[in-house]
Amino acid sequence: MNTLFDKIWDAHVVQQVTDGPTQLYIDRLYCHEVTSPQAFDGLRARGLRPYRPGQIFCMPDHNTPTHDQDKPIEDPVSRKQVDALTRNAEEFGLTHFGMLHPNNGIIHVVGPEQGLSLPGMTIVCGDSHTSTHGAVGAVAFGIGTSEVEMVLASQCILQAKPKSMRITVNGKLGTGVTAKDLALYLMSKLTTSGATGYFVEYAGEAVTSLTMEGRLTLCNLSIEMGARGGFIAPDDVTFEYLKGRPYAPQGAAWDAAVEEWNTLCSGPDAVFDKEVTFDAAEIQPMITYGTNPGMGIGITEQIPEPKNASEQRALDYMQFKAGTSLIGQPVDYVFLGACTNGRIEDFRAFASIVKGRKKAEHVIAWLVPGSWKVVEQLKAEGLDKVLEAAGFAIRQPGCSACLGMNDDKVPAGKLVVSTSNRNFEGRQGPGARTCLASPLMAGAAAVMGMIVDPRTLMP
Amino acid sequence: MKQKFDIIHSTCVPLPLENVDTDQIIPARFLKATDKEGFGENLFRDWRYNPDGTKRDFVLNDPTYGGEILVAGKNFGCGSSREHAAWAIAGYGFRVVVSSFFADIHKQNELNNFVLPVVVSEDFLQEIFATIAENPKAMLTIDVPNQLITNDTTGRSEHFELNGYKKYCLMNAYDDIDFLLANRDKIEAFEKVSSKG
Repeated sequence: MNTLFDKIWDAHVVQQVTDGPTQLYIDRLYCHEVTSPQAFDGLRARGLRPYRPGQIFCMPDHNTPTHDQDKPIEDPVSRKQVDALTRNAEEFGLTHFGMLHPNNGIIHVVGPEQGLSLPGMTIVCGDSHTSTHGAVGAVAFGIGTSEVEMVLASQCILQAKPKSMRITVNGKLGTGVTAKDLALYLMSKLTTSGATGYFVEYAGEAVTSLTMEGRLTLCNLSIEMGARGGFIAPDDVTFEYLKGRPYAPQGAAWDAAVEEWNTLCSGPDAVFDKEVTFDAAEIQPMITYGTNPGMGIGITEQIPEPKNASEQRALDYMQFKAGTSLIGQPVDYVFLGACTNGRIEDFRAFASIVKGRKKAEHVIAWLVPGSWKVVEQLKAEGLDKVLEAAGFAIRQPGCSACLGMNDDKVPAGKLVVSTSNRNFEGRQGPGARTCLASPLMAGAAAVMGMIVDPRTLMP
Repeated sequence: MKQKFDIIHSTCVPLPLENVDTDQIIPARFLKATDKEGFGENLFRDWRYNPDGTKRDFVLNDPTYGGEILVAGKNFGCGSSREHAAWAIAGYGFRVVVSSFFADIHKQNELNNFVLPVVVSEDFLQEIFATIAENPKAMLTIDVPNQLITNDTTGRSEHFELNGYKKYCLMNAYDDIDFLLANRDKIEAFEKVSSKG
């Protein structure tokens, strides 16, 4: 009752279906190439056109290669999917940031960066990491392709209202402890299904003191606790970030918007269906050892004993033993990027560790900015020079090695320290072994050639 | 995929693993199709086949088990929102998935593709697994009109949740878009009042 989630949700209710879901109005629909083609086909089969084309934004990201984007995509099946999005956007008059368009990138990096995702909005996309946009104070969640078709057809979705949960993290995060570590810590405590059925509001000093990039990382990972979405009430950090962004309101409209957005917070009398509280001082740099993101430990901790057959199967897959530390474990690949950690701040963090050092010879490192804007900014800050001097190359934007859909796949049996969001079996390539971690941990692994506590390399 | 539901009476395929994620149900490299056909062939692809295409020791490769009902451990369908996972399950021929807990998005995706997710208690789930282990031809009955799942062997039944709206959809092969299109006037009225659109 009277939570920020209630306020935003209730303001978008078109009707409550009798003994059924809510018909919810959607402010923004983002479409990428993987989960939209069947929805556009469905629309055509029903003889419809998008109901509110101005509220729909399309861009390819999952299949895009991270090199030679000026050439045709080599994989014909990937090319077909990317081309289908271009054609669908053209046919239906939708805004489309195609490959090499200056606004292209990973949809969850681009939305906030362009000021398309704004406080108080309802935002959906056929992608579970749509929860990312909650960082601007929006109700944002991932949907299936049938639901994409619903929004195309009616700008609405039928959805049961989730329960509300507040996760409060008090105190300050320690040195070398990032938003990624905070999220991995929450998952390790709550498990991958601990927030299923809930929409999460993040609060507390450790959350509000995060930068916008950090907030985007935290909200991105809400789904990995099972949550429908996660968000942070908008504040001055949010407004500062959004001000002047291309699609954000400008001038007098901006002032009016901020005035309205300032009312977007849970009331002092707000009642959540569930509340949990954590202490930031308990959190250290985190790393995962298993095959779901909830199987994580602090870097100085040891791998726990498996509690059931599923956990034993995970350890067998990862070739790790309970009771051992991950420190010193040799690393084959390092991946910096994804909608989780592909923003400018993530590149700054990675660069801060590798500066003045050299990439370990045997490590293959993929550094993939989340968008062309991120590429532009890291060049403007001279980070490209720092990274190149340390033996790293910067690739072109896309989802890359996060999900094994494009060329960037980790070979079977190889261990990758990855800043992405999922360590499922085969996620980064059949047989690939993934340890999820922060950009600091990834940078440390890349220069040392093994898993180390990044704090030992910090200035 | 639209098909009417009434009473389903079938043998089951048991998958007693927890946290089965959608990357296992359908790996990302099979998401490149631009239609909904053929996903059933790749259901649980990397658990069914070795990289060289030979079959692995997995329940879908075991002719002892079969039927229209998949019975899985808790937190089924976690991870990615890919509806391809539901298309793969439907394409393979399953009409019902029984588990003690489903991930939200996947559960909705199943319903939107006329696959019925049936949530049972953990205790009942374990009983079903035990029954199938003893007799692979054991049957379950899923009575949609009465929202009742029965283990035919033991006679134990449980009521399962299904809201009235979705029940109507499943029993009449009616989908959400049919509903939304019939309610366009309400959308326009909402846009007027809230200065949207």
